[in-house]
Amino acid sequence: MPSGGLLVKHLFSSYSLMRGLTAFLLKFLVDRLTQPVRSSSPSGVIATSLFSSFRSFASGQMLQNRSGKPAPVRQWLLSPDLIAPLVVGILVLVIWEVGVRISGIEPYLLPGPLLVMQTLVQEWGTLFPSLLTTLKITIVAFVAAIVSGLLVAVLFTQSKWIERSFFPYAVILQTTPIVAIAPLIILWVRQVVPGEKSTLISLVICAWIVAFFPILSNTTLGLNSADHNLVNLFQLYKASPWQSLLYLRLPSAMPYFLGGLRISGGLALIGAVVAEFVAGTGGTRSGIAYQILMSSFNLQIPRMFAALLMTTVLGVLIFALLTLLSDILLRHWHESAVKREN
Amino acid sequence: MNDCSAITLSHVSKVYSNGTIALQDLNLVIGEGQFISLVGPSGCGKSTVLRLIAGLGEMSSGSIHWGRGHAQRKLAFVFQEAALMPWATVQDNVRLPLKLAGVGKAVAERAVAEALEMVDLRGFERSYPRELSGGMKMRVSIARALVTKPELLLMDEPFGALDEMTRSRLNSDLLELWSQKQWTVIFVTHNIYEAVYLSNRVIVMAARPGRVVADLPIAAPYPRTEAFRTSPQFNEYCREISHALSQTAGSPDAQRRAARKAFV
Repeated sequence: MPSGGLLVKHLFSSYSLMRGLTAFLLKFLVDRLTQPVRSSSPSGVIATSLFSSFRSFASGQMLQNRSGKPAPVRQWLLSPDLIAPLVVGILVLVIWEVGVRISGIEPYLLPGPLLVMQTLVQEWGTLFPSLLTTLKITIVAFVAAIVSGLLVAVLFTQSKWIERSFFPYAVILQTTPIVAIAPLIILWVRQVVPGEKSTLISLVICAWIVAFFPILSNTTLGLNSADHNLVNLFQLYKASPWQSLLYLRLPSAMPYFLGGLRISGGLALIGAVVAEFVAGTGGTRSGIAYQILMSSFNLQIPRMFAALLMTTVLGVLIFALLTLLSDILLRHWHESAVKREN
Repeated sequence: MNDCSAITLSHVSKVYSNGTIALQDLNLVIGEGQFISLVGPSGCGKSTVLRLIAGLGEMSSGSIHWGRGHAQRKLAFVFQEAALMPWATVQDNVRLPLKLAGVGKAVAERAVAEALEMVDLRGFERSYPRELSGGMKMRVSIARALVTKPELLLMDEPFGALDEMTRSRLNSDLLELWSQKQWTVIFVTHNIYEAVYLSNRVIVMAARPGRVVADLPIAAPYPRTEAFRTSPQFNEYCREISHALSQTAGSPDAQRRAARKAFV
């Protein structure tokens, strides 16, 4: 997330808060989507963060207390999982607000949280469409990264030679700073596709470059991590390469692939925002980064904070949704999603 | 048991790329319907014998000859670990060999139900492996091996990771199935008692290089009851195998290995 030093506290508190809120909202959704599972969820033992409680909801389970009995929503609302980070968050916000008021610091240096919220409400009409534009770029790039990452990973496992020849270039693609090549990409795309669509396409390409690699490397690792005995078993029963891929390698790669998704989802958003920054005011004039940039040029710092807050929340939502997806898909079998009592 | 041989291994050697001689000039005739156990120290190549018979890996020299009417595809392999697909239900795990062979769903379903019946796992069709105990996972693994109606069953220390009670329970279940179906079984184990209780022939192997040092018939009649486990005859067989094994531990190399194992 693009954040100045001033914002760290603010971002931190809104980040955990959002997780809690997302968890709460998703709970109702999840309860309708999934059936309760037999096993229990982590109780107080690892319950150090809101996140763990979010995950137990995500797996479609009722949160359970130490005795193993299902706990009602009211009990979850009173649990330390929610209360502890909430108290910290509120405390930080209050100190911030009070500090800003007492010190009399100018809002263009550091606005108080109340002012930021107020600005957010006031500017919603201009900021939200921008956020949607950025979201659109993010989603297109993310989907492209998923499809291409998956296909290339499968290609890599089909032939060691292909992997040997091309993997280093995938690494280079990843390690090249996107800020540095974004202007080039924008320039090149403009040569090929003139007009309105040009910037949009170059932004998507930038976000794709950032999101592609985690999916590729994780999925490649996963495809090669099939249980040795199962590989032998498939060999024994004369499975075709296609059958091995479909019934053994792809399912084995699932947890790795989903892990890659969780990293790439956030990266796609960052990629989109960074590319928008580079495209700057000469670009589409519509993404959230453009709004952040314009706000800072005009010294509308509260507005800039509001835009930042929206971007952060969007990033957290993307992560939360991908975690939910991962937990639902893996809840029957993978350690990451299986809840144990001990 | 008849004299017709199911598999003949002649002068089989296997040298791994790091120079380890896993097997040297192994000759073994396995009769149809025999229950053969291979016992021996770690590294004596007992698992290698199974893998070569199964066609997992090439032998360095020698040949494996299959008896008339036998074929490699009629074999099934049970690994030391249950080796189940964690993402699939018990039912889907057992159905796997049929699915890979392109057997129709209706036929496969009947075969799966039959196999689960044999290992006493009815009612767990829709469970996932993680919900099962170690013994139950092994039963699923055995059901998966049985679902293709094999004639030759290769078992590589299948009960090695289980507790003693589960192991002896599965031993008697396996023996009962074997007497019904008349498979040929090649069973690799570390456990002398298990080998004697199950088999009608025990092959004792030595390590470095892997070779056969003793070939003992266990003449006790089937069905073997719990009483057999405590009979003097049983003890005598165990003592004999134990003796043959201690002969193999003579080389300094083996002693070092034994010492290391004790340390671990």
